[in-house]
Amino acid sequence: MHTFKYSAASFFKYLTLVLGALMALIPIAVVFLASLKTNAEYASTGPLTLPENWLNFSNYTKAFVDGKMLLGFMNTIIIVLISIAGATLTGSMMAYILARFKFKGSKLLMGAFLLATLIPGVTTQVATFQIINSLELFNTRWAPILMYLGTDIIAVYIFMQFLDSISESLDESAMLDGASYWTIYWRIILPLLSPAIVTVIIVKGVNIYNDFYTPFLYMPKSDLQVVSTALFKFKGPYGSQWEVICAAIMIAIIPTLIAFVSLQKYIYNGFAQGSVK
Amino acid sequence: MPKLSNMSYKNQRILIIFLFSLVPVALLLTFSYLPVFKMFQYSFTSWDGFSKKMEYVGFENYKTIFTRPEYFAVFKVSLYYFFATFVQMGLALYFATILSFNVRLKNWFKGILFFPTLLNGVAIGFIFLFFFKPEGTLNTILDLLGLGAWQQKWLLNPNLINISLAFASVWRYMGMNFIIFLGAISSIGSDIYEASEIDGANRWHQFRHIIIPSIKRILQLNLILAVSGAIGVFEIPYVMTGGSNGSGTFVIQTVDVAFKYSKLGLASAMAVVLLGIVVLVTILQRVLIKEEK
Repeated sequence: MHTFKYSAASFFKYLTLVLGALMALIPIAVVFLASLKTNAEYASTGPLTLPENWLNFSNYTKAFVDGKMLLGFMNTIIIVLISIAGATLTGSMMAYILARFKFKGSKLLMGAFLLATLIPGVTTQVATFQIINSLELFNTRWAPILMYLGTDIIAVYIFMQFLDSISESLDESAMLDGASYWTIYWRIILPLLSPAIVTVIIVKGVNIYNDFYTPFLYMPKSDLQVVSTALFKFKGPYGSQWEVICAAIMIAIIPTLIAFVSLQKYIYNGFAQGSVK
Repeated sequence: MPKLSNMSYKNQRILIIFLFSLVPVALLLTFSYLPVFKMFQYSFTSWDGFSKKMEYVGFENYKTIFTRPEYFAVFKVSLYYFFATFVQMGLALYFATILSFNVRLKNWFKGILFFPTLLNGVAIGFIFLFFFKPEGTLNTILDLLGLGAWQQKWLLNPNLINISLAFASVWRYMGMNFIIFLGAISSIGSDIYEASEIDGANRWHQFRHIIIPSIKRILQLNLILAVSGAIGVFEIPYVMTGGSNGSGTFVIQTVDVAFKYSKLGLASAMAVVLLGIVVLVTILQRVLIKEEK
């Protein structure tokens, strides 16, 4: 009786896991299947039918060229690189002074960053738009970059956590050798923070790559399209060519898939650390 | 420029605190606090965003929001997403619990369940547009399972549209909750489980008395995020339906009012109301957590 109960529970466990996995995969898998079909084939077959030719990449070429996806990737890369480099630097600097020095106003500073995260970004967008406009940054790459640059408390927290594990005697011995605080930060602290930096890069990188709202609102100019906005443009004109839209979806997803498979371990840690405040 | 290392450590310290916080604080003030201040200011005007002068209208915008049903209706849409969050967290907690014990192909399941969270929001919108099409994936699967009678026009039926969209949202964010719960559960020491097993606890007891109490704070945090998340829904409905057919959310409406109809004052007042709700929920949550301690 016990074994029966046990195996029934085990069966249920695996059944739900398989169902969950199917639920996660099927919506993506059907898009992949459709992306390999010809227009006539797409029209005559159902979404679950396998494509006749698994190597029919003509939709991909079409989506890539017509959707100017290369431009989208270029703009995304520029924005991601600058914002992440900046956010890592400013975040680690903030964490360094907050963790290593006790000074008047450090609590206030910390509180100000914390309070800012409680303000949902979407609520202040209308006013932020006016600020970007008056800085004459509308329709430039600097608009999203500046907004992503903003030091968020999560990054500061992650850095501070790591800084706690770096012994202060390391700083002190460097000071005995006459190193300046800048040298300590740049030569000792920053290299030792690299695991935290990887975490911040992943969490921020995924967010920026996937963000639609900011580039859509602040960079409507077509020369400045990023991957999200390039993909969104398929909505109207390709209404009847779902096989091309599906290829475009896959083009936007593939970099994420590659990053996920190769960085899996770091990504898990990154998200677990990044989200637990 | 004087060399840093020639300065006394006391002066260096002042200089470095100033220099290191300069850029972050400037960005913080410009993009977090100034907008909030400006938003309050705009909310009392009938400004269109272009003209030179702003006309002060008092509480007129707020009155519009609370008296005109078309402005208030969007909160009903938020309720769908709010309830969906509970489904999402329930699923996430279930999968996180079973995957923190011995399971075959554990890492595969973890990866597959988490992956959707990393995807581009626009891509997810399209994926589910394809999924819910009349000739799309869902209806085909139903047909295949012999449930052809259950086929629906998922995005055209006003009674179903928000449920369909909320489903896409659950699909998108479940993995995020899942990975957070998984991280929290894995930080529980294995000796606690072993001790409880000696005391004769089964999996349900362990879940009820060990796992739930240890991740309580994270559960509560996720609840707060659920409220602001439910109000901040934008990408999925915007990409999939453009907010038509009664699926418009608060953010879609704010964007439309501000940038399509150029009623910046009104849009700001809507944003203030939204901010007020989020702050209220946060405070309430804090108070409730404190009382329990």
